[in-house]
Amino acid sequence: MRDIVEGSRAVAEAVKLCRAKVISAYPITPQTHIVEYLAEFVANGELDAEFVRVESEHSALSVCVGASATGVRTFTATSSQGLALMFEVLFIASGLRLPIVMVNANRALSAPISIWNDQSDSTAVRDCGWIQVYVETNQEALDSVIQAYKVAEKVLLPFMVCMDGFVLTHTYEPVDIPDQRLVDDYLPEYDPPIKLDPENPVTIGPIADPNYYMEFKLVQDEAMNEAKRVLKDEDEKFGEIFGRRYGLIEEYRTDDADVVLVTMGSLAGTIKDVVDRMREKGKNVGLVRVRLYRPFPKDEIVRALKDFEVIGVIEKDNCFGFGGGALFHDVRSALYGKSNAKVIGFVAGLGGRDIPYWDIEKAYEMCYEARVKEVPDVVWIGVRDWFRR
Amino acid sequence: MLFVRCKECGAKLSASRCFEFKLAVNNLPDEELLSYGHRACSGCGAIIAVRLALKASGRDVIVVQPTGCMEVVTTPYPETSWKVPYIHVAFENAGAVASGVWRALKVLGKKTKVLVIGGDGGTVDIGLQALSGALERGENITYICYDNEAYMNTGVQRSGATPFGAVTTTSPAGKLSFGEDRPKKDMPHIVASHNVPYVATASVGYPMDYVEKVKKALSVEGPSYIHVLTPCPTGWGFDSSKSIELGKLAVDTGMWILYEIENGVEKINYIPTKRKPVVEYLKAQRRFRHLSDDIISKIQEEVDRVWERILKST
Repeated sequence: MRDIVEGSRAVAEAVKLCRAKVISAYPITPQTHIVEYLAEFVANGELDAEFVRVESEHSALSVCVGASATGVRTFTATSSQGLALMFEVLFIASGLRLPIVMVNANRALSAPISIWNDQSDSTAVRDCGWIQVYVETNQEALDSVIQAYKVAEKVLLPFMVCMDGFVLTHTYEPVDIPDQRLVDDYLPEYDPPIKLDPENPVTIGPIADPNYYMEFKLVQDEAMNEAKRVLKDEDEKFGEIFGRRYGLIEEYRTDDADVVLVTMGSLAGTIKDVVDRMREKGKNVGLVRVRLYRPFPKDEIVRALKDFEVIGVIEKDNCFGFGGGALFHDVRSALYGKSNAKVIGFVAGLGGRDIPYWDIEKAYEMCYEARVKEVPDVVWIGVRDWFRR
Repeated sequence: MLFVRCKECGAKLSASRCFEFKLAVNNLPDEELLSYGHRACSGCGAIIAVRLALKASGRDVIVVQPTGCMEVVTTPYPETSWKVPYIHVAFENAGAVASGVWRALKVLGKKTKVLVIGGDGGTVDIGLQALSGALERGENITYICYDNEAYMNTGVQRSGATPFGAVTTTSPAGKLSFGEDRPKKDMPHIVASHNVPYVATASVGYPMDYVEKVKKALSVEGPSYIHVLTPCPTGWGFDSSKSIELGKLAVDTGMWILYEIENGVEKINYIPTKRKPVVEYLKAQRRFRHLSDDIISKIQEEVDRVWERILKST
């Protein structure tokens, strides 16, 4: 069914279609609408689930851990400070190999406190062992939640769908809401091989001494790598059923491009417009959107980018004390030894600062400049003194 | 309140159950759901509380533990002492994890009990928020706090449950200090103020009383809480053969009160016929050995005051 819905509603519809059984959340802007819709579904009997109104995000994720370990499908959503408060449990959820699905409505971290969008929250937890996908549209948010359960439950790892707060969560877009029957065909009932069950008692969450700890972590790392292949396959299968596929990365008009920008999330939509506009003026620019951020699609990134002279990575987060965002470092690291490209890190849009088309054009112009002269590795754009840097 | 007298020890009892350990052993199932081979210190009071709790619960239970002594000593991978399903997640979230387990069981239509067994640190300090949330939401869980009155797992640091006058590694006695200078947090009443159906205190020195309370707690609908005193030879400084004795002495001196709060109504379970002086309990432990007569009298006065109030009200 095609409808014009808010991004948060699209997510809630997906969770309902996936028949999540235990939902637990603590309110934080801009995640709130997602869980409000879900609370409504449960209250109306549209979704047969337990909605656990906890006293913190730490507990929200802990409830999901307990419920998932008992063998049911779980969901939570959060943002920013909430994700930061979950930090401890994020690592435990992945270490315990629980396929919890979370939507993170991307929001800046305090201080100064900001309710507005950037991606500092989820990029800061890139190494917590969760699969991370960054979506561009509300449709992709809905579809990614469905794919997330499928992939998470196959590889037994938790899955975080990251969507830009307000930009997507509070924006209405046309969204195709799939048939329940089709989703049921795609996503079988959750029946984990190991769970808390008196019929077959297991101990979950033991202490592992130095003789064992590393093997746990190695197996977990292998599962992460496996997740990449599984998402690729499941995205294909999803495409066959629902007619939409997203890939691990998306290449937009890169075939004949002189320079290329790389980004994640909804910013890609704006950049695609800028690409079209600049191409009309004879500037052959392109875009690579990283959809799957963890596990990082290294091979795909190298294939897509290695032949460019200059690559600009534009993102809404910063690594303090190193400079540039997390994606910039990851792209440069993936390309090391495979390409001689100059990689520039553009930091933009922190704390909800608008990223207008002219700032993106400036970034592309700087990439052109870098072909003929020295430019800095890291450039902050959209700040009052951005030209000074 | 009506009392009966125990035929063997002469103590006043509010129920027909007897507190004698001998009887306790005879009345408990033989099946051990907590295996031998765990790493608890010899004489550990807490592991007795765990073992007895499982005798009360039987097999149809899921145990949730916050981080702590009992978690560490029972689950050294690849071994486990647990013959029932068990999950440990973190230090401060057992209340939330148990909520998740219970809600999942509810969805699955199962009647399995959810039993949390946490130490005093994981309960009265770092775990208080998650526990409060679970209680206030009315989750159908039973929470047992085994109280050894300090962070024993990390090396006897002071917790919110450390009693007045006790020395720990972070509340040492010194020129300017006699050890812990605040009374312990009144956790059972904090729990009771969440309007939960059942709260009780217990001591491993009175095992049958404890087991009966665990059974009762597991049988009520909604959250239930048991705060059981578990003497710790390592942290308190006494011979490991004396744990049960210390557990009894705490009650017999009136320093640890056995009571239940059922649907808001509080009932004292045990009134010692003749209360022993607190000094007998204090002097039996290294952690109190430094206390001056002044401080000891202060503790005695406080215990007397509390009991005067109790006896007046009954």
